[in-house]
Amino acid sequence: MSYRSIVLVKQVPDTSNITGNAMNENGTVNRAALPTIFNPEDLSALEAALEVKDRFGGTVTAISMGPAKAADVLRECLYRGADRAILISDRRAAGSDTLATSYILSQAVKTVGEFDFVFCGRQAIDGDTAQTGPQCAEKLGIPQIAYLLEIIDVEGKTATLKRSLGNGWEIVKTQLPALVTVLEAANEPRPVAAIKMMRNKHKRAPLEMTEGQTLADEDRLEQWSMDDINADLERCGFAGSPTKVYRVQSIVLTKSGSCEVPATREGVRNLIGELVKDRTLG
Amino acid sequence: MNRKNLQGEVWVYAEQEDGKLQDVSLELCGKARELADKLQVKVGAILIGYQVENLAQTLIAQGVDTVYLVDDANLKRFTSSPYAYVVEKLIEKYAPQIVLYGATPTGRDVAPRIASATRSGMTADCTDLQIDNVVDAKTKEEHKNILLQIRPAFGGNIIATIINPEQWPQMATVREGVFPKKEPDVARQGQVTREQFALDPKLLVVEALDRFVEEKKVDLKGARIVVAGGAGVGSKENFQLIFDLANALGGAVGASRAAVDGGFISGDYQVGQTGTTVRPALYIACGISGAVQHRAGMQDSAKIIAINTDPNAPIFSIAHYAIVGDLNEVIPYMIEAIKAREAI
Repeated sequence: MSYRSIVLVKQVPDTSNITGNAMNENGTVNRAALPTIFNPEDLSALEAALEVKDRFGGTVTAISMGPAKAADVLRECLYRGADRAILISDRRAAGSDTLATSYILSQAVKTVGEFDFVFCGRQAIDGDTAQTGPQCAEKLGIPQIAYLLEIIDVEGKTATLKRSLGNGWEIVKTQLPALVTVLEAANEPRPVAAIKMMRNKHKRAPLEMTEGQTLADEDRLEQWSMDDINADLERCGFAGSPTKVYRVQSIVLTKSGSCEVPATREGVRNLIGELVKDRTLG
Repeated sequence: MNRKNLQGEVWVYAEQEDGKLQDVSLELCGKARELADKLQVKVGAILIGYQVENLAQTLIAQGVDTVYLVDDANLKRFTSSPYAYVVEKLIEKYAPQIVLYGATPTGRDVAPRIASATRSGMTADCTDLQIDNVVDAKTKEEHKNILLQIRPAFGGNIIATIINPEQWPQMATVREGVFPKKEPDVARQGQVTREQFALDPKLLVVEALDRFVEEKKVDLKGARIVVAGGAGVGSKENFQLIFDLANALGGAVGASRAAVDGGFISGDYQVGQTGTTVRPALYIACGISGAVQHRAGMQDSAKIIAINTDPNAPIFSIAHYAIVGDLNEVIPYMIEAIKAREAI
């Protein structure tokens, strides 16, 4: 048996390294000021796909949707052992919420062709929504196994997987194809292999090239537009996103000094009022 | 689908496991009641499982008008495909305007699948929900009585308000403890509507073979609000005050080592270096002096209120709000203020 795995990966701003100039004055996020990283759980998803390839045989295709810079994480996938990497990039995909993103990614998966597994991280650290994986599974018409802890066995057209229940675990047997969302606890991602890095480090998506630069065919990283994946534009980007950001407020990060509250009925009532106002109390 | 049904109900996905309802589902019933009253519509709850009809009255007592019960042997154990399918069919049939889910591992698994199937918007981990009229900044179009879905984003560095003005139902997940659980009204009347859907074998391709669930210990770690008592509480009997305040806030109870050693409460509740480390949105330290070992387990709390009779207690050095006074007076004032707020 040979198993065809597709891994969905995302490049994210490193939200654990927020610095002073990461916020614009109007309270929005200045993405350009933040370093970017490979979303940690997506690295675990890649490792799970590579594990299936190592233990049971098969191929690994990595897909990422994002701007030209997102090609970084796709090269990382190739350095670690992915066989193929595809960047989905198109201005018309900008502004996509999780529903539109899952539509675009599921179209990309369908364009790759037949598959046995789709792996993705449980969630990305810039949104923490954990929605895109299950939404892709629904759009592909396949079951989802959320919160992978361990790949127990893969045999024929079935997989036996251990998943987290938060306060425990569950072992499930699923028919393939299936989509699996992966936790960091599932594995230890392998390091970059030097030889694979040497082989792939010159690969560039066409979007990464500046005008006048030429790209040799063997150095081309695949790049697909909305047309290449046959996407209905009504379901992409802003048009395809039912959720809208209505308002954004930044949180004051500085810890305010201690405030003395009088131990009176009035004092306590004012304190509770203040905590309600700043949303500490629901 | 996606009918903008202004008369649509406010629904709660009532999550049950082994015939036990999740606390967050009960908390959401209370919130759904509030939202529905503002919209002047009814509250519905979706209850899925096998032989779970006995849970319906618990939901009704929390403010639900109609329990939509799907009771099927094939749905005994949760798997996402058939559960999502059943909710999708119910949404199609009854067109609720809002559906709320607990942000539990199961809720976060099934809810997005439903959003995808119904092509509606979904906001994860809301910390507040409100109804308001909003004006679209671009089109100047006014949307009346829209659900404001408020959540921290970007690693907790910003608070975003999300709306879904068009593609209804408006759906959101909410973490346990964000909204307080209301007092149940056991005499409350409601109705149970049974529904049955044919389940395609394609939906039943995942089989649960084995599982292990830990006994639910004291849920301190996940609590958004922790009310902790120390030596200053004085006795086991008086520790009831700490529980009363925690209940009023929908929070968890914690304790200092001194309170545990004093026999006021069991060691499961201990916060600190040798107990549990907590990082709640609000930590209220009552009669706790604040030894460094205790502070190590709670100093990352977003907001700390300390109540102590000793103005020199070290806990005040890390408290955002210092109340120098007797907890036996201050705690009842707090409970009173919280209840007064809810009555508005």
